[in-house]
Amino acid sequence: MVRNSLGRLIPESFNGKNVIPFSDPFSLQPKGFRASRPLTRLNPGQKKLLPGLREAIQAAGLKDGMTISTHHHLRNGDALLAQVVREIDALGLRDIRIASSSIHPAHAEIIPFIEKGVISALECGVNGLIGELVSRGELSCPITVRTHGGRARALISGEIPVDVAFIAAPCCDDYGNMNGYYGPSACGSLGYAQVDAQHARTVVAVTDNLVPYPASPVSIPQTMIDYVVRIDTLGDPKKIVSTTTRITTDPVGLQIAKYAAQVIEAAGVLCDGFSFQTGSGGISLAVADNVRTLMRSAGIKGSFGCGGITGYFVDMLEEGLFETLFDVQCFDLKAVDSIGRNRHHLEISADMYANPFNAGAVVNRLDAVILGATEVDVDFNVNVNTESNGYLLHNTGGHSDTAAGARLAIIVAPSIRGRLPIVRDAVTTVTTPGETVDVIVTERGIAVNPRHQGLRGELLRRGLPVKDIRQLQEEIYHITGRPRPLEFEDEVVALIEYRDGSIIDVVRKVKK
Amino acid sequence: MAEIKLRRSLLYVPGNMPSMLQNIPIFHCDGVIIDLEDAVPLSEKDAARVLVRRFLENHTDRNKEVLVRINPLDSKWGYDDLREVLPAMPDGIRLPKADTPEIVERLDTLLTEFEEELEVPIGHFRILPSIESAQGVINCIKTARTSDRVFALAFGAEDYTASLEIERTKTGEELFHARTRVVWAAKAAGIQAIDSIFSDVNDMEGLQRETALIKTLGFTGKSLVNPRQIDVVHEIFAPKQEEVDYALQVVEAIKRAREMGTGVISLGGKMVDAPVVKRAVRVLKTAGAHGMIDIELDEEVIYGQE
Repeated sequence: MVRNSLGRLIPESFNGKNVIPFSDPFSLQPKGFRASRPLTRLNPGQKKLLPGLREAIQAAGLKDGMTISTHHHLRNGDALLAQVVREIDALGLRDIRIASSSIHPAHAEIIPFIEKGVISALECGVNGLIGELVSRGELSCPITVRTHGGRARALISGEIPVDVAFIAAPCCDDYGNMNGYYGPSACGSLGYAQVDAQHARTVVAVTDNLVPYPASPVSIPQTMIDYVVRIDTLGDPKKIVSTTTRITTDPVGLQIAKYAAQVIEAAGVLCDGFSFQTGSGGISLAVADNVRTLMRSAGIKGSFGCGGITGYFVDMLEEGLFETLFDVQCFDLKAVDSIGRNRHHLEISADMYANPFNAGAVVNRLDAVILGATEVDVDFNVNVNTESNGYLLHNTGGHSDTAAGARLAIIVAPSIRGRLPIVRDAVTTVTTPGETVDVIVTERGIAVNPRHQGLRGELLRRGLPVKDIRQLQEEIYHITGRPRPLEFEDEVVALIEYRDGSIIDVVRKVKK
Repeated sequence: MAEIKLRRSLLYVPGNMPSMLQNIPIFHCDGVIIDLEDAVPLSEKDAARVLVRRFLENHTDRNKEVLVRINPLDSKWGYDDLREVLPAMPDGIRLPKADTPEIVERLDTLLTEFEEELEVPIGHFRILPSIESAQGVINCIKTARTSDRVFALAFGAEDYTASLEIERTKTGEELFHARTRVVWAAKAAGIQAIDSIFSDVNDMEGLQRETALIKTLGFTGKSLVNPRQIDVVHEIFAPKQEEVDYALQVVEAIKRAREMGTGVISLGGKMVDAPVVKRAVRVLKTAGAHGMIDIELDEEVIYGQE
């Protein structure tokens, strides 16, 4: 065990690989070259269309011990990963690693195949039951949680060699040209899958909407697709993109949102050329709503909105408040509709979005980002992976990437969740280092990272309830009491990888 | 300059809900009314009382006026409500069904007794009588003058319309006379007038219209049922920048007039005399309370020396 710079105990190796302890957000330098794929040749008349997934797995040459991937644009409606895993099992293959862009609660279907040894490791973060079972020691499957940018980096650098990528393609032709804009499983952007298409050894397009050649527009081109498979359904369209992304009506959430917008205004970034990202949560959307009102009243014309895109950002684009949307993932049907018809709504890859090891990602150009947290601590470290019970329940997403990239990273969270305080002495799990977090906004007060004394002064001047983070913590503890610390075993069940590939924290088995 | 105590927004908080009580410090309303009456079911009356007391004891860093709406004094809970919550030092009591001056006098007497027992200055606990029946409206002129503790009259439209056996409408024609009478009673007694709740929390436009209307009638504030209503009400009550600018011009003009030894002067072709000045001073005081301006008004200069 070694201690990383945040004092977290990290094993020297995990699941057979050496571990680099986290040092700081910006120093680690990449070495070497971008990984590539084998050259291939397809002569005129040769076909790519195969009768089913099983044939595709065989044609791709998948063997025991290899790694597969899928993307999570279909979110909790995705039916592809489970179908692929069932076919792998049927072929008698074992010890397969999954390096998808994310795993959702719906993928609990693969649990029996983990128990059976078909799947032996997850080279990606998880949402839901799998993480809980692994945390409780009831499921044995080493997990490495990665950020969106970090996953792109790991594939591009060859750190995670994906042997076969299965790309769910909502609109696809028999030569593999695809987009996510149309069809029963339309999901909009295919930003995460673009990295797999470029770097996996073999790429299989899987569609439930085979259209006559050529599928247009082309998000991922035929030149990268080795095989095409048509299946009945990629998933449940109702769960593919949620249409319930709405502004919160909770007065506490609205109070937080109001403060967050006031912080953005006070920080002086809200001027022509403003760039902005929020998530799809009710508070985030309420912040966007406040920012929108401020932009309108001051006549500000922003440059771009970024990230997972909601209908809310689409409205802002159409209203002229942004010039462009950079869309790595669509969060609702309005975003899906927009990306298919508005050329200022651009599909971008996870590499362009957030990879720290390229010639510059979009997150580096963000003025402000609004992010959530399950916990924060007095050093401004943020946890989004585990909850107060210590279980690994959430993937990191773009959290650490945008916090590192944006000029102003604002965490919004209610001061009390259930009956638990949000500000802790030390977060259970560090997802995002405090060095990259600028302001924490709760309904009970605003804590500014001591690195930004100027901003702190400006917020005070504007009469906002700025508090020292420890003072804020005490006020919350006054109501909730001080929670008893969780108890963990020594056994490490998951690594939390920072975007540069170093390990910022681990998840340990929770003591019964 | 005598400061105006702003009471634009008095937010109801149910006294039986810990999750809502704990959020009292975070909202920017001018006051809260912790409710032990209608919001609390009969089976929880005693538990709510204790909860409110414990909350108030712990809520020491007060940042807004805290009133408690007790049950009516003629109910079996009213007196016990007072006995439980007064030691935790609320700023005042909202008295439901203040139909007659005698009911308010009775509360006044009880509060004096509690103040003696608790050894706090006589007059510490204030009273906000709810005018919420036909009888209450008829008697409100006297009710407003019952006690120095009474700092405002609160109109309760829901109970009022029930007492008239009519429906409450969003346009509020049926309330017009009662509202006007409550405002008269309050202004004649030199106290504030607080309007009724607007119960549809999703109709912000309706709330805007109603607040604009009651501001025009002379109300200085409104009871609220949801924190989301606070900003809407504050925005309506805030003086407009042009009103403030004009008021400043009026005050400057009248100062010049005084120097010239007259009480009347022309400003932009309009006559400025005492009522105009009085209104301007009121606007500036309100603007001062909203934090829009920070100036000293010398009343002697404005109104002239005797």
